[in-house]
Amino acid sequence: MKLVALIDFLQKHIRGVRVISLCSLLLIVAFDWLFVDKSAAHTGPEHDVAFWALFGFVSCVAIIFLSKWYGQLGILTREDYYDDDH
Amino acid sequence: MMTTSLWIHPGLILFAGAILLPAIPERYKKGWLLLIPVLVFLRVIGLEHGVYGTVPFLDMTLTFGRVDRLSQVFGYIMSLMCLVSSLYGLHVRQDADHIAAWLYVTGSLGVLYAGDYFVLFLFWEFMAFSSVFLIWFRGREQSLSAGYRYLLVHVFGGLLLLAGIVLRWKATGGIAFDAVGVDSQTPGTTLIMLGFILNAAVPPLHAWLPDAYSEATVTGAVFLCAFTTKTAVYALCRGFAGMEILVPLGAVMAVYGVVYAVLENDARKLLAYHIISQVGYMVVGVGLGTAMAINGACAHAFAHILYKGLLFMGTGAVLHMTGESRFSHLGGLYKKMPWAFVFTLIGGLSISAFPLFSGFVSKSMIVAAGFTEHQYWAAFFLMLASSGTFLHTGLKVPYFIWFGKNNCSPETWERAGEAPWNMNAAMVIASILCVFIGCYTPYLYNLLPYPVDYHPYTAYHVSETLQILLFTALGFFLFLDKLRPEAKISLDMDWIYRMAARAFMWLARKPVQTADDRMGEVYRVGGLVPLMATARFSSWFDWHGIDGLVDGFARSVWRIGGEVRKLQSDQLQISILYAFLVVGAMLGWYLLS
Repeated sequence: MKLVALIDFLQKHIRGVRVISLCSLLLIVAFDWLFVDKSAAHTGPEHDVAFWALFGFVSCVAIIFLSKWYGQLGILTREDYYDDDH
Repeated sequence: MMTTSLWIHPGLILFAGAILLPAIPERYKKGWLLLIPVLVFLRVIGLEHGVYGTVPFLDMTLTFGRVDRLSQVFGYIMSLMCLVSSLYGLHVRQDADHIAAWLYVTGSLGVLYAGDYFVLFLFWEFMAFSSVFLIWFRGREQSLSAGYRYLLVHVFGGLLLLAGIVLRWKATGGIAFDAVGVDSQTPGTTLIMLGFILNAAVPPLHAWLPDAYSEATVTGAVFLCAFTTKTAVYALCRGFAGMEILVPLGAVMAVYGVVYAVLENDARKLLAYHIISQVGYMVVGVGLGTAMAINGACAHAFAHILYKGLLFMGTGAVLHMTGESRFSHLGGLYKKMPWAFVFTLIGGLSISAFPLFSGFVSKSMIVAAGFTEHQYWAAFFLMLASSGTFLHTGLKVPYFIWFGKNNCSPETWERAGEAPWNMNAAMVIASILCVFIGCYTPYLYNLLPYPVDYHPYTAYHVSETLQILLFTALGFFLFLDKLRPEAKISLDMDWIYRMAARAFMWLARKPVQTADDRMGEVYRVGGLVPLMATARFSSWFDWHGIDGLVDGFARSVWRIGGEVRKLQSDQLQISILYAFLVVGAMLGWYLLS
């Protein structure tokens, strides 16, 4: 199947995929810096270059680590925890 | 009682379709399962604005058909989703599954077009009692328990709603389902709001949702994810627009769902937590209450019904084919189910609000309304939740099911394969709609309750969204190890009532049962002799006096019992559904006659 072949091809050339992905990150920041009209921004920090890139990355990391920490408080437990219920 | 004019409620078509389904010959059944939702959709788009189906009842007037722009945008998408979901479930052979799903949608449509609180309550409960079968019919022991918990929570919510309606009726003398006047809260309106936000799954009244939806049947979950919470959003839009408390509640729930999604190992439960997160956006929109925010809430509900349905269809296809929905038991399935991957990815990109996908043109309206109203922290909270949405639904779900380490057992791997044609066809339709809404904004914007003066495709908004999403992806791949699935469950608010139930059962089994046993012993010793004497007399009297009279009657009852027994199948739940159907039909006949 062509779809599977395409995915296999991308997986085989994973280094190239990574380079292209990282370049696209730089490109979007460059685009934001050079071309985007920020008059629509509502708050001061939004005018800074790559503000939303930083916001996205920090949000992602914060969500991962805070949730993991929350899970370790006792929220995350074994699969048969409720088995006595039924 | 007389209806004021001949006006066919769209829900009535679906209700009739559900009742008649068992009588349809097998070879026409699939056609029937598509014909009825098509007729319902055509009926909805053919409705004209106005008030119809008014019924005098006691000293009130009940209104079954209030049609306006707000009810129409929800009616349109719900009847469309009913059609797509019915197509998805076309392969299901048990009539009872289809009947339960259609009755559930009938309840939703009834709420949407209800013009007063009593009719709203009637259909609100109708939804709860019909949807529970979509959980029970999965047949697992856990599904049975989850269904009962779901029902108990919704009965509690329904009681809050009913108490609120009655209090408000006594205080104001009116039952019209309109804006309650958020500036002057009364106990009645507060209780009504609590009833609504329980169905919208606002924390801490939310735990029923992931508990029940993850245990539903494959098709049932596709129906469930679309109707209950969005009907509640409609009710909040109608009654509580501008209710300020909803802004922080919505912002918190947007992040709450995202946090639990990190911990979740079950794909469908993760998606259920994301419903809470996404409905959080809509609740913020209702709380802001401006025309733009209400438009945003409606637009997001519209888009959400499609992409969340699509996501549940994609993961449901995996469950249907492999029998597994836990990340810790899946992985590497792109070789076996590539199209299910593509459809789920489209759903993931839509919920993540990628440009050109539906979430982009709907979610941003609510966030923009938040910024415009200077609710900066709420708006930033929603932006943070956007990052979490892409992290899980756009990345974690596709990665750990179709890529990543292959954790499939040999049986799971052997069973995996592309889903039946009808499931794929439903996913194609939902995918096309997700992209179409994202690319051609007038389609959605022209359906919204207020005129739209909003343009999502500005350079700033596209740049802002791409930065957030792409740098979230960077974080995902850098910290992939932290997100690896663990075969565990996470405790939520349902822990409280599950433990309370356990304590109650202990009380019933230990102190109450012990006391009962002792009383029984006293009774046995003290009452045995007179009791035996009475029994001997009764036996003599029964044998000689009554038997002759009763025998004929008993034989008749026995014969009727035999006939009724033929209607019953093995499952208690199916019998209850038929009983529910009969009660619904009697109620409908009473109201219409």
